[in-house]
Amino acid sequence: MRWLLLKDLQILRRSPLLVALLVIYPVVLALLIGSALSSSPGQPTLAIYNGVPKQDRTFDVAGSSVNADEFLPELSRAVDVIDADSREDALRMVRDGEAMAAVILPPDIADRLASGRSQPTVEVAYNTEDPVKQQAIESQLKARLSDANRALSRKYEETTVRYIEMLRDGGSISILGNDVSILGLKTSQRLIEGVMATLPRDSPSYTALAQVDRFARLAIQNLGLSTEVLRSVGEPIAVRQTLIGGRRTPLDRYAIAVALTVSLMFLTVLLASGLLALEREEHAFSRLVRGLVSRLGLLVAKSGLAALCGAVVTLLLLTALDLFWVDLDAGRAPWWLPALALGALAFAALGVAIGTLAREVRSASLLAFTLSLPVAFLALVPSSAVSGWAYDVIRVVCAIFPFKATLTALDVAVNDAPGSFATPLLHLAALAVGYVVVARLALRRFA
Amino acid sequence: MADAAHDATASSPGTDAAASRSGTRKAKPALRVEGLVKRYGERVAVRGVSFEAAPGELVALIGPNGAGKTTMLSILAGIQPPDAGSVSRQPREIGWVPQQPAVYSKLSVAENLRLFARLEKVPDADATVAQMLAQTGLEERAGDEVGRLSGGNQQRVNIAVGLLAAPPVLLLDEPSSSLDPRQRERLWQFISALAAGGTTVVYSTHNVQEAERYADRVLVLADGELLFSGSPAALAAAVGGDAAGPQDFESAFVRFLHEHGH
Repeated sequence: MRWLLLKDLQILRRSPLLVALLVIYPVVLALLIGSALSSSPGQPTLAIYNGVPKQDRTFDVAGSSVNADEFLPELSRAVDVIDADSREDALRMVRDGEAMAAVILPPDIADRLASGRSQPTVEVAYNTEDPVKQQAIESQLKARLSDANRALSRKYEETTVRYIEMLRDGGSISILGNDVSILGLKTSQRLIEGVMATLPRDSPSYTALAQVDRFARLAIQNLGLSTEVLRSVGEPIAVRQTLIGGRRTPLDRYAIAVALTVSLMFLTVLLASGLLALEREEHAFSRLVRGLVSRLGLLVAKSGLAALCGAVVTLLLLTALDLFWVDLDAGRAPWWLPALALGALAFAALGVAIGTLAREVRSASLLAFTLSLPVAFLALVPSSAVSGWAYDVIRVVCAIFPFKATLTALDVAVNDAPGSFATPLLHLAALAVGYVVVARLALRRFA
Repeated sequence: MADAAHDATASSPGTDAAASRSGTRKAKPALRVEGLVKRYGERVAVRGVSFEAAPGELVALIGPNGAGKTTMLSILAGIQPPDAGSVSRQPREIGWVPQQPAVYSKLSVAENLRLFARLEKVPDADATVAQMLAQTGLEERAGDEVGRLSGGNQQRVNIAVGLLAAPPVLLLDEPSSSLDPRQRERLWQFISALAAGGTTVVYSTHNVQEAERYADRVLVLADGELLFSGSPAALAAAVGGDAAGPQDFESAFVRFLHEHGH
C-alpha cells in the first residue's frame, strides 16, 4: 500500500495544473462564500426632509420634552441618510434614483404632537426598482416609526398616570405660571368622613355624605389599578428573550466554518473520486486487485491520501485565516484536528464511493462536483426558509452526507459554538465507514 | 483452485517447449483448466470449458465476438471468480496482460516496472526492472513517461509488467489489436521467444492469421462453449482443407463456426 500511496503522490506531483486547480478552486470558492455570508448587502439610501424649524424640534409632549431628531441616528445605522432641502427635493431624489425612499416630516408635526389632540402624519415615498432594498428600507422605516410611536406613547402614558395619581393623592400643578393645589380624592374622602362623624346617623346630610364617601372609596380603589392598566395598553405584550444552549455564533465566525467545510469538501471529494477513477482510466485496476492489493486496501489507500491532503490544506487555510484575517481562539487549536480529520475521512469515503461510479477522472470529478454542491447548499438552508416537511427532507439528506456534520464539528471546534462536539464526530465516523462499505460493494462490479 | 501444478515447470522448460512444438512432449501441463462455468444472471458466458497447456506452449483463444474469450482469460487471471470449475494455478503464478496497457501514463517506464515489481514483492526489484528493460528492448526509453511512448512500446511495457514475477504462464488479451504491422511482428517475435524460453502463453485474438501463424494450438470458443482444441492444421483439416475445401485458415475457421451453428 505504501508503494501505491507513493505512486499517487508522484502522479500528483507531475500534474501541477490539476493540483493547483484542486487547491486553489476550493479555497477561492470557500473565501468567496465566507465573504458573502459575513458581509451585509449595500445599505439603501434614504432622503429625509425635516420641515420642522430647528428651534421647534424640541417640544413639549404632555409635560415632557421630546427632541424630534433623536430618532434619526438610529435610522442612519441601517440606511444611508441624505438631507433634502424641501419636500419636492426629497421626492425628486427618489424619482431620480438617488434615494430608495424619502421621509417627509411636515412643519406642523411638533405642534400636533404637543397638542395631543390631532394625529400628525409622516409622509413616506418609495422607489420600487430594487425590491430587496425596498424591503430593507421599508422594514427599517417601520421599525423606527414604531420606536418613535412607542416612545411618544410612553410619554403620554407617564403624564396620564401622573395626572391620575394627582387626582387620587392630591398635589400641585402649574397652570399659566401659578401653582394650583389639588386636594385629591383621598384627602376629600377623609374630610367627608370627618364631617360625617359630627352628624347624627339619621340626618339626611349624613345619608347624602355617605353616598359621596362610598363613591370616593370606589374611585380611590379603581384609580389605583389604572397605572397598571395604562402600561398594559401601551405595551400589551412584553417580550423576554432567552438564549437556550449557550453562546450564539456570530455570522462572520460561522462563515469561517462554512468556508473551511466547503474547501475541505471539494478538495477531498474531488481528489478521492479522481484517484480511484484513475485506476480504471489507466486500466490498472484489474492488474492491482489480482493479488497485489485488496479492493478494501485500495479504497483505504485512496481515501487515506485524499483525507490527508484535504485536512492539511484546510488546516493551512485555517492558519492563514487566523494569521491574516480573523483573530481565532488559538486555545481551541487542539479541537481543530479531530474535526478536520474526521470531516476529511468522511468526505474521502464519499469521494471513493463516487469514484466507483466513473470510468474516467473527468467523469468522477464532474459527478463529485454536481453531487457535492447541492448538498452543501441544502445544509445551509435555515429551517424558517422552507415548509416543515421540506425541512425534514433536507435534514435527512444532510444526515446522509458529511457536509452538515463537518460544518457543525468545525463550528464547535473553531468558534466554540454551542452543542456537542462528540455527536458530529461520531456521525462523521459512521458516515466514513458507511461510504467505504458502499464503495467496497460497488467495486464488486469493477473489472 | 489447486496448488498441485506448482511444480509442473520444474523440469527443463526449454526442453518441454521444444518437445511441445514437435508434439512429442509428455511433461505435466503448466496449466490445467477443468469445467469452468461463468454466468451473468441468466446468460451463461462460459460453459464447462476444460483444457490443458504444456510448458512453453502457445495457445490461441479464438472465436466470434461475445464468445467468452475475455471472460475466460479474466477468470484464469483471477480477476473474477468462476461459478464452477477450477484452475490449477493461483492468480499470482499467472502473468496478466490486459488488452489496453494497464500502466500509469504519468510515470516513466522504469517507475512503472519498479512499482509493480514492488507490489509483486519481487526480491530484487531494481535488478528485475533492469532485466525486464533489457528483455523488452526498452532500456533507452526507461526514463520516458509511458504516456509519451508509441502504442507498440506501451504494449511492451504492458507485457513487461506481466512478466515481472517470472510467471510460468502468461495470459494476453488481444495483445496486437492496437499495433501496426511492424510493431505486431516485433511483438510476436518477443512472445515466441518467451514461449521458447518455457513460458506457457495463452492469448486471445480476433486475428485468426496470427493464431495460425504463431499458435501451437487453437481453442475455438463460441457462446462460451469450447468447440475445438487442436493445432491450426487440424482445424483446417476438420472442415476439409483440401483443394475443394477452404483455401485459407480464416475461411476454414468461418466454415467451422458455420458447421457448428455459429
